[in-house]
Amino acid sequence: MDKQPGMQKTLFEKIWDKHVVKTIEDGPSVFYIDKHFIHEVTSPQAFAGLKKRGIPVFRPAQVVATADHNVPTLNQHLPIREEMSRKQVDALISNCAEQGIELYGLGHPFQGIVHVIGPELGITQPGMTIVCGDSHTSTHGAFGSIAFGIGTSEVEMVLATQCLLQSKPKLMRITVDGTLQKGVVSKDIVLYILSKISASGATGYAVEFAGSAIRSLSMEARMTICNMSIEMGGRCGLIAPDSTTFEYIKGRKFAPAGVIWDQKKTEWEQLFTDPDAIFDKEYHFIAEDIQPMITYGTNPGMGIGVNEFIPTQDQVHASDKSGLTKSLTYMGLKEGAPIKGQSIDYVFIGSCTNSRIEDLRMVASFVKGRKKAENVEVWVVPGSKQVEAQAIKEGIDKIFEAAGFQLRQPGCSACLGMNEDKIPAGKYCISTSNRNFEGRQGAGARTLLASPLTAAAAAITGKVSDIRELL
Amino acid sequence: MPLPLQKIKSRFVPLNIENIDTDQIIPARFLKATTREGFGKNLFRDWRYINDDENQPRSEFVLNQPVFSGEILVAGKNFGCGSSREHAAWSLLDYGFRVVVSSFFADIFRNNALNNGVLPVQVTEAFLEKIFAQGPETELLVDLENQSIRILNGEDTSGKEENTETFDINPYKKTCLLNGYDDIDYLLSLKPEIEIFEKQRGGN
Repeated sequence: MDKQPGMQKTLFEKIWDKHVVKTIEDGPSVFYIDKHFIHEVTSPQAFAGLKKRGIPVFRPAQVVATADHNVPTLNQHLPIREEMSRKQVDALISNCAEQGIELYGLGHPFQGIVHVIGPELGITQPGMTIVCGDSHTSTHGAFGSIAFGIGTSEVEMVLATQCLLQSKPKLMRITVDGTLQKGVVSKDIVLYILSKISASGATGYAVEFAGSAIRSLSMEARMTICNMSIEMGGRCGLIAPDSTTFEYIKGRKFAPAGVIWDQKKTEWEQLFTDPDAIFDKEYHFIAEDIQPMITYGTNPGMGIGVNEFIPTQDQVHASDKSGLTKSLTYMGLKEGAPIKGQSIDYVFIGSCTNSRIEDLRMVASFVKGRKKAENVEVWVVPGSKQVEAQAIKEGIDKIFEAAGFQLRQPGCSACLGMNEDKIPAGKYCISTSNRNFEGRQGAGARTLLASPLTAAAAAITGKVSDIRELL
Repeated sequence: MPLPLQKIKSRFVPLNIENIDTDQIIPARFLKATTREGFGKNLFRDWRYINDDENQPRSEFVLNQPVFSGEILVAGKNFGCGSSREHAAWSLLDYGFRVVVSSFFADIFRNNALNNGVLPVQVTEAFLEKIFAQGPETELLVDLENQSIRILNGEDTSGKEENTETFDINPYKKTCLLNGYDDIDYLLSLKPEIEIFEKQRGGN
């Protein structure tokens, strides 16, 4: 359903229309990509493909690389011990050097999780199209950009031509109005939405998040929401840019400056959904209804308020009915049982969802003067070298040390357990990351997703707790 | 270059589980290779083996049951959700699957599969149930040209519509898959147009 000029458009359509090079009859569009982030795990086969074809990277200046998925979070100054991981990181270094791509690798002051460094360096900007061989690329949509994850063949396409073949997705808007309760943060909003619409509720859709509760969030909090739009199956998630967005970007390393800043800001101010634009699907939620959330199952849609009970077969979302028993068996949890009070073995605060400075500040402000429970091991993995440096500058490292938390070095870490940071089989980990799939944090590991505050509460009490009772 | 695919007539492997994410298809710890080959041995690794030990297969898992075989995997809805890792498609192909049948596919997986000559066939819930109800000897016939999937269960099914369903596929992608074309060749042929587009918009 192509719209005529002059018709009311959504934010997504305004950006989409400006990036279509051409449309194939009965087929996808040739879609132009402004920024391409790459990392060590999903790029080597793409570079090998280019080499085999004998072609160079088309626009190396539009590609930015970092090493994050497979790097150790301790002793990053030493050579990577594991051979396969080292080879993968070395391949990224040589591929970037050969093709003239900027690499913020290990040891670089800008190194970090790809979805943390893009925004923090001002590379991510409104109105852009952004891709990366990582599903959480949706994070960048918080700036009012179309940003989505791609596979390695598509990484090769973008390296070769700066374009992809894309079919226009359907459009969904999720509006959250109202004011959040104390102790409830943006991670709770997105886990709540997921619990309502399920882990496949937005498949095939680009999702715009709107409403007063979204507007009131900081950029970092907005990133947490867009980050997890892929967990609903969304092709991407986006939020219209506003003064919060502009203030965040201004002055950052690669942000426009001077006259160009003024021009860009004027352009960016046009990036909103017109009042009468039409979505294929709309949802409305009330912020006051949202409790601190936690997941009990093995997909991110299986979440409940911390004071609620694990659903029974009759109560569970239709899309999870057939999987409930399998999930709960894996998790070692019972239908109808409370989740509050569940004993925890590990706490992981990190990942592209919640590893930014505001997340660390939020945790530190609660933890200050408290000590972790004896039974719990706590890892805090900052999202980037810049986040790590800022945390140290603010004395957050000292607060964590006093609490018995381990502050590690930047990387994806225990979110996906590709490096050594794995949760042992059968152990419970309350995690600020994005996926509670079977084995995600290590074979047999049991993940409960939650906000940084709820994770911090569990670190102190040693069990799933209601942060509102502790504030 | 993806392998061309026209018709596949084969038995199928039933995996009646919903929301199978790409971490199950291939766990992250097996993503350290820098080539596309050899991922098949780690397909569904944690569902196939106890304690990651290849000498201790989980006998109840379908891939460990010799009665099930074939080039077609049939799985519950929302197949391939989660991580964008193309390794999931590579591992299915390397193991020997050319077709995955489900009632719903995650977007990124669908693209990754098509880019590697693995055909995602989306059928109705009812038809999926019907396939799951078949015995292990039943063959399926997937015909890409006609966009149809048929259950061949020994009966004379030529006139039986309920044993056949049609499926959707983007016409461009269909042509690519029938012939083994790949998107990169096509995009490379458009480079002059892409350069003109860049000039006209004046960079971002």
